Amino acid sequence: MATYDGVFDTLGMRDWCDVGKEDAPMSMAQLLAQTQGGDAASDGPAFPFPSLDVLHESCARIGQTRDLTASIEQGFLAVRPELKAVLDPFTQPLSWLLDGTLFAFETTPWWIMIPLLAALSWYVSRSGAVTGFVAGVLVFFGIIDHYDVAMQTLAIIFVCTTLSVVIGVPIGIGMARSNTAQRMIVPILDLLQTLPTFVYLIPLIFLFSVTESKLYGIAIILYAIVPVIRLTDLGIRLVDKDVIEAADAFGMTSWQKLTRVQLPLALPNVMAGVNQTIMMSLAMVVIASLVSAPGLGVLVLRGIRNLELGVGIVAGLGIVLLAVILDRVSKAALARVDKERSAS
Amino acid sequence: MSDPKLSVRNLYKIFGPREADFVARVEAGMTKSTLLEDHGHVLGLRDINIDMAAGAITVVMGLSGSGKSTLIRHLNRLIEPSSGQILIDGDDITALDAGQLRVMRQKRMSMVFQKFALLPHQTVLQNTEMPLSVQGATGEAPREAAKTWLARVGLAGYEDRYPSQLSGGMQQRVGIARALAADTDIMLLDEAFSALDPLIRTDMQDLLLELQRELSKTIIFITHDLDEALKLADHLVILKDGAVVQQGDPQQILLEPSDPYIEDFVSDINRARVLRVGSIMAGVHHDHFDGELSPDQTLESVIKKSGGSVDQVFRVVRDGTTLGELEMATLVKALVPRSRSGS
Repeated sequence: MATYDGVFDTLGMRDWCDVGKEDAPMSMAQLLAQTQGGDAASDGPAFPFPSLDVLHESCARIGQTRDLTASIEQGFLAVRPELKAVLDPFTQPLSWLLDGTLFAFETTPWWIMIPLLAALSWYVSRSGAVTGFVAGVLVFFGIIDHYDVAMQTLAIIFVCTTLSVVIGVPIGIGMARSNTAQRMIVPILDLLQTLPTFVYLIPLIFLFSVTESKLYGIAIILYAIVPVIRLTDLGIRLVDKDVIEAADAFGMTSWQKLTRVQLPLALPNVMAGVNQTIMMSLAMVVIASLVSAPGLGVLVLRGIRNLELGVGIVAGLGIVLLAVILDRVSKAALARVDKERSAS
Repeated sequence: MSDPKLSVRNLYKIFGPREADFVARVEAGMTKSTLLEDHGHVLGLRDINIDMAAGAITVVMGLSGSGKSTLIRHLNRLIEPSSGQILIDGDDITALDAGQLRVMRQKRMSMVFQKFALLPHQTVLQNTEMPLSVQGATGEAPREAAKTWLARVGLAGYEDRYPSQLSGGMQQRVGIARALAADTDIMLLDEAFSALDPLIRTDMQDLLLELQRELSKTIIFITHDLDEALKLADHLVILKDGAVVQQGDPQQILLEPSDPYIEDFVSDINRARVLRVGSIMAGVHHDHFDGELSPDQTLESVIKKSGGSVDQVFRVVRDGTTLGELEMATLVKALVPRSRSGS
């Protein structure tokens, strides 16, 4: 006898409820109760919260909560082939890009790669200290035999950050131009930022095979693209109204206004967004090692799984070092842009 | 008078979501405060009619909130009118589509802004050639034009600096050079000198007058400063609460203010420095004169010439022709502003 039987009896819904009662699968609670030789409901509190499971005991027609999660799963599985057919072709290049870049970073010998990366740091930052620091950290990775994994992580970040910028900046521009677009996109960005990172992985695992690199590529991009979009939007909206008015008064087309006024003036903000995007893809790349992303994250994961404290800590500190060099280089580039603006 | 270069006809502007609905009611006499309090719409401009002559400086003067900046932004449609017409050489620009409007802004009007509105990431030279490069000009021609105009406003040698490295006065010179480089007949100056300190402002006014003598552009100048307005204006328009209170020859407005509001305005002015002989001279009655004056001389210079004596009479002469005479007594009376109470 369940708690809410009386309610359904009074409402005269007994007949409706009992249709097909015998077919309903047993809940875990019922099963437990059965093995203990008692009635499930009789052990509980006097008035349990009328949840789906509790009501189900009184009325078989009302579904259980596990039916809800099951139907979400069924629904997802039902649309999966179509979704996959649509998404697969145009996400495939991401796999190629990631695999290709990983291959390039792994096979280029260290005596080319380290000077190349140092030169790149010099090119964007124009700072001797930053360049020296980058070279030092890379050499340190080599010394402690973490050079290969660090390069893998760097390759993934490189691809994901570039794609985030390529996709994110146009979205940010679109948001800055239309308040409607902004109203529609902001909740999506909020969702992407607040959704626990593991949750992205669940539908992606269903959609793509775990061996495909685009799986973690998409997860990283979804997570890391948010700041570059937000700050592009903000940067363009913050451009001095007087300057925009002047651009209009001299008859600029909206393309001229975008390329000659808005984007250059929004650049410091966009760069700050890129810096944040790099940091967030680094955070995600560790979690992405759960779904076969190579790199330092794998070692961190090994540290957790096998309780190899030293391996986990060294890899973790390696990630911190990578974060510091990426942050320094991108901030130095940002500072250089700012400085050229104010006085040169 | 020849056809005006630029005319504003029955221009109304109401700010709010249903501006079109209220134009008729404002025409019928609804006041600014009723419109705001009962309907939540702001009356920007009410029934503006101004003719701006080619080659002359029209100054629109008013205090803040009088609608003068709103008015100048209607002339190149940075703000869309609620109703009314704006005619350039007889063409109604309110009828232009977006593409035609852009061409009109590129070819026919240029604008100078109160806050300079230079592009901070471009050099002085790039800023100055901007109007030409927007029109699609490339290569040496726009650069040469920009250099010429920069030299003309006294900024030769500053081409490669960035705006932030220049003082306010120099930045506004870039703003003027940029507007001149656009090579348009009409120039709009929106409180162009208001952000500058007084000495620089005087320099800039002199620069503008000097350029104007040479170039004869049709200039529309917005200011809240009556001294500046009187110094520059060929035609003065005084705005209050979005409507024209008085317009005409500035000397005439000074001598015969039509409205208590304007009387208050003009009472603080140094009349000796602003009024000119031509505005107060009378027909010839005397035979003997103590000297000759030009009609364009200020009263201040006459007082100096007379040495402070009040019983002299001067003959007003231009190019050998006698235009009239000026008694010092008349001059002294003209220095006292006419006031409501008559005291």
